Formats: sequence, C-alpha cells, structure tokens
Amino acid sequence: MTEVPQYIKEKKVIRQQYFLRGNAACPGCPIPKELDLLLEVMGKKTVLVVPASCSTVIMGDIHGSPSTVPVVHSAFAAAAAIASGLSRELKIKGDDAKVVVWAGDGATGDIGFATVSGAAERNEDILYVCYDNEAFMNTGIQRSSLTPYGAWTTTTPAGKREFKKPLPFIMMDHKIPYVATASIAYPFDYQAKVRKAKDVQGFRYVHLLSPCPPGWRFDSSLTIEVAKLAVETGIWPLFEVINGEFNLTGISKVLIDKSKRKPVTEYLKLQGRFSKMSENDIKIMQNAVDAMWDYITELVKR
Amino acid sequence: MITVQKNVTAMVGNHAVAYAVKQAKPQVLSVFPITPQTTMLEKLAEYIDSGELKAELIKVEGEHSALAAVYGAAVAGARVFTATSSQGLLYMTEMMYWVGGERVPMVNAVATRALAEPWTIWDDHEDFFSKRDTSWIMMMAENVQDAYDMTLQAFKISEDKRVILPVMMGFDGFILTHTMERLEILDDETVEKFLPPREFNLIDFNDPVNVGPIAVPDDYMRIKYEAMKAMEGSKEVIEEISREYEKISGRKQYGLVECYECEDADYVFVTAGAWTGDAREAVRRLRNEGKKVGLLKLRVIRPFPKERIREALKGVQGVVTFDREYSYGYGGILANEIKSAIYNSGIDVMSVIAGIGGKDVRPLHFQKVMEDVLEGKKFEERWLND
Repeated sequence: MTEVPQYIKEKKVIRQQYFLRGNAACPGCPIPKELDLLLEVMGKKTVLVVPASCSTVIMGDIHGSPSTVPVVHSAFAAAAAIASGLSRELKIKGDDAKVVVWAGDGATGDIGFATVSGAAERNEDILYVCYDNEAFMNTGIQRSSLTPYGAWTTTTPAGKREFKKPLPFIMMDHKIPYVATASIAYPFDYQAKVRKAKDVQGFRYVHLLSPCPPGWRFDSSLTIEVAKLAVETGIWPLFEVINGEFNLTGISKVLIDKSKRKPVTEYLKLQGRFSKMSENDIKIMQNAVDAMWDYITELVKR
Repeated sequence: MITVQKNVTAMVGNHAVAYAVKQAKPQVLSVFPITPQTTMLEKLAEYIDSGELKAELIKVEGEHSALAAVYGAAVAGARVFTATSSQGLLYMTEMMYWVGGERVPMVNAVATRALAEPWTIWDDHEDFFSKRDTSWIMMMAENVQDAYDMTLQAFKISEDKRVILPVMMGFDGFILTHTMERLEILDDETVEKFLPPREFNLIDFNDPVNVGPIAVPDDYMRIKYEAMKAMEGSKEVIEEISREYEKISGRKQYGLVECYECEDADYVFVTAGAWTGDAREAVRRLRNEGKKVGLLKLRVIRPFPKERIREALKGVQGVVTFDREYSYGYGGILANEIKSAIYNSGIDVMSVIAGIGGKDVRPLHFQKVMEDVLEGKKFEERWLND
C-alpha cells in the first residue's frame, strides 16, 4: 500500500477545490482543471449553462455532481439563449449572480452558432467560455468547423481539407465588450482574463484551447506540453480585446516577431491526428499561421 | 380599444391573448415573429414600451432560442410566456421536449397554421397536433373570448403544484388571431387574486443542483412515469381551475369538454378549435328541423379526456369527427384518438377531413355531412376537397 501523504493525515486542505475530483473526465483531460480555475475566480454565485458536450457527462447524473455551483444543462444549440433568460431573470430578482456558458467548439461554432451570435448581438450579460477541443469529442472524434487543417478525425480519415473557423476573431467582430483567448498551459493568464471578464457588463467571450488526449492522439501525460506548444508555435495566440482594443498577452507578445515562434512541426509531431500530413500540408499550415500573425500585427498597430 | 360598457370591449385574438398575458404579469417573454402570431408580439412590445407590462422581452434570433430563453428564465423562477405558429412551432420542437421533460411551467400560445411545403400562411391544425407527444398540456380555443380566458387559466394550470407542466394554447390563425370579436375582460385585481405571483426557483447558490443532467435508464423511466402521472392528474386540476374561473368571470367554462345538445342526440359532431362555432350553428339549424344531433367540443387535447368523452357519448349511435389535419398513411388524428377512446363501445366513428391549408369551411358543410349521415349514407373517411 502506498503511504498516506502527511497533508492528508493532518487533514490539511492544500487548496480548495471548486470543481471536484472523481468526475467522469478522461485521463489527461483539461476540462475539470479549467472549470476549477474558472470557478475559483467566478465564485459561488455563478450558474453554469452546459450544452451537449463532454462536460454533460463530466457534470455527473441526477444523483450527484462535481460542480460546486448550480448547473443548467442545455440542448446542443440552446446554451446562449438559456443563459440569456437566466441572466435576465436573476437581474430582475436583484441577484448579483453571474451566468457562465461552458460550451464545446461544436456547440459554439457549429450547431449553436446562430444562438451565440444572437446573444452577442443583444449584448446579453453573460460570460461565454468555449472550451475548444477541436472536434465533436463526446460522440467520438468527428470533425467540427473548428477542427484544424490536416487533422485526422473519424469523419476526416485522410485529414481535414478546410481551415479552422477563426471564432475568436468572429466574436471580436461582434463588437462585444470583452473577447479573449486562453490556454490551460498558462493558468494565470487564463484566470486574469476571467477576472477581467467577470465584472464587465454585457457579452464576454473567452476561447480556451483544450487539448484532448484520445481525440488528438497524444499521451495523457502531455496535455500541458501540447497546450504550451500550441501557443509557442503561434498556432494559438493569446490575446484579449477590451472594447475593441486588441492586445496580445503573456508569451504571445513576444511571438509577434516571427523568429521567436517555433515551427508548427514542433506542435504537430506530438499528435497522432496530424501523422498523415504531407510536407506540403505542413507548409500550408505554416503559411496559414504566418498569415494570421500578419493580421494580428495589423490589429496590434490599429 | 373602445370600451362600450364596463369590462366589455372588442379585440382581435392576438390582442386578446396579449392583454391576458399583460394581466398575468410574466417577468420574461421571448417571442420571434411569425405570421399570423406577429401582431401579438407587436402588442406585447408596446405594452412593455409603455410600461403597462413590466417584463423583459428577449428578442431572439429564432424560435428555438425563444423557447430556450424563457426556459432559462423559468428555471430561475420567472413566470414566462412565448408564442409561435407553424414553422416556428416545428423549429422550437426540440426545446418543447426539453421543457416538457424538465417540467417547467410556462404558456405557449400557438396561432395554428398549416405547414410548408407548399408554402402557406393559412390556418389548419397540422402544426398544433404534431406536438401531442411533447409532454405539454394542450388546450384549444373556440373564439377570441375563449383564447383570452384560456390564456389566464393556462398559467394557473401550468404552475399548480399538482401539475407543474407547460401548457400550449392553440387558437386558429387568422380566423381568431385577426378577427375582432366582442370580449369581456377581467379587471386587473381579479386576475391578480386568481393568479398570484409565481413562487419557484431551481437556482439555489447554497444548495446547488444540476438542472436536467443525465439520467440512467432506471431513473429516466421513473421520471417519465411521474410525468405520465402528473399529466393524468392534471385533468382534475384543469376542471377545478375552470370552475374557479367560471366564478370570477361569470362566464360558463367547460373544463375538458363541452357538450352541446348531446343529451338525446343520435349523432354528434366532434371538433376542436374555431370551427366549433360553425358546427354549433349547424347543430342549431338541424335541431330546428327536429333532427337529434349534437356537438362535442374538445377543449383539452392533452391530457386526452377519454373519460369525459365516454360519458358524453353514452347512448349515441355515431360520431362525425372533423379533422383540420391528417396523419398521412393513417387518418384524421382526432378521429383516431376518438376511436381509441371509445373502443368497443359500438359507436360508429366517421371521419371528415376539411379546412386543410385554410380551405374554407362553413356551417353548411357540417350540415350537409350530417344530413348524409342521417339519410344512412355512412362513410369511414371523407375529404371535403371539392
């Protein structure tokens, strides 16, 4: 038997858990930690609205939940609308509670896109967090509009031929008060953004890249490594847009200098889903990343 | 609004329902425009703009979101309302199951309209009847007064602790939504007493729950069994609330079904919705000729009032059902539901399909069909499409 650690013997709590362990997430899945970090900042008076996704399962069944805050489950395409209704009624009641949508990339960028866009246009007072694992993972790895170019999924056996829908930029163009990207590899950057978003009035959008070990085909010990490389290669730029003002954050500030960015292959080679990419595919991807940074450079100058 | 005497006015159906909604004082509304419901949405927006109704109207991007938005608000304790029609009702169908399954009280006013294709905006009941398995209570109004009265009763039925189910109130597109009729309205104080503020909230930050999570098969079936029980139990509550409303309004209310000249009738029409008025006129004319005919109006479609139907049809030789919708490959929906309710009774059921896609139906149509039946020209199904 393994020895019981001293802190457990002394019943000392190292750090309070805001999203409890022992949930149904896969080994190496960043979702529970992402939720834990989110709720630590948002506090107890938060309602989570969760559309059909991996998190539907992770939230438990009718007998119990790892969430320490109320959760309202939602049909696939309805989360931003349910959150709109909740937010309006809590406000009528004079409650200062926060409504947070916790949705995957499919619910955000595909089936629920009209709903998200509608709620953003109405500037509903909600924080919308998209945890993007770049495919329909809960149904078993089918491509979504946010699956990147070249990636294998069960519905793109030869690799996806289309590019990832640039959702954070699309949300930025909705002219909502707050938009940010974040990564589990940079938890302080992530929490700082949630902290800023928390008290902004109106529609706030945070897009989290969430590596998925079984879906992306990498070892479950490498989640943070993969997330970090996505940022270091420039594939996943960290930025925030406050009332239209665009700013890179953290390490991404440096990456505006192309020479500081690692080649995309560093990121691709760790993941089985990119194993079928040809030299030309990799070149296409590198060019797409560089083109995105040209756009970002313009946004920074603006 | 021209008031000729105290509490008597005239309104089109859409405005009558909007007026009832204003008096019910919901906190959150979400309605997406669709013909022929739109003028109701416009009226509600006016009430809110003028401050007559203190509520949030969430102007969403489609009906799926309209129902989702009021669901979210209702979960947090709001009294909520939505309305739609036709394609819009189909579009919100996924959320109807969601709301019905979670058993969240609310009222949805459905201006009935035929479904595309082909494109149409005219009335029939195909949209309304297609929702009969969504675990919503379904009521159907005969006239503008009925639509007003039913809307107020629907809120109370829906929120009753013995029920806790959403209610949809159907009223015929254009025929009721856009037709001005005499309307007796209740004063606001009476409505407030009849319909006190809703006391309900699933969101408790000190004792957080998961609203609508996964249920494994044993749990799932138990939850559905409870919903079945609630639906059955609502029959008694609907009748009780109907009686209560009769007292405060002074207008006869009929609970689940209304029998008109049924007592000694040999043959009886069975209808739901606005054309009940035409059937009523046909019965009056035939009775004047000494013919023993009657009319059974279904005020409630779900829960299906089997017991009341059986009572009402005792001693009747045959019924003529009028369906304004059709289950293709099967038959008139009402006809088949009536057949199943009176199974083994020996009563003849003849099914008439009419008024599909707004095709005109008048008292004379009812009259002629009944005259044929009385002359012994019986049929299983007849389409009035010539």
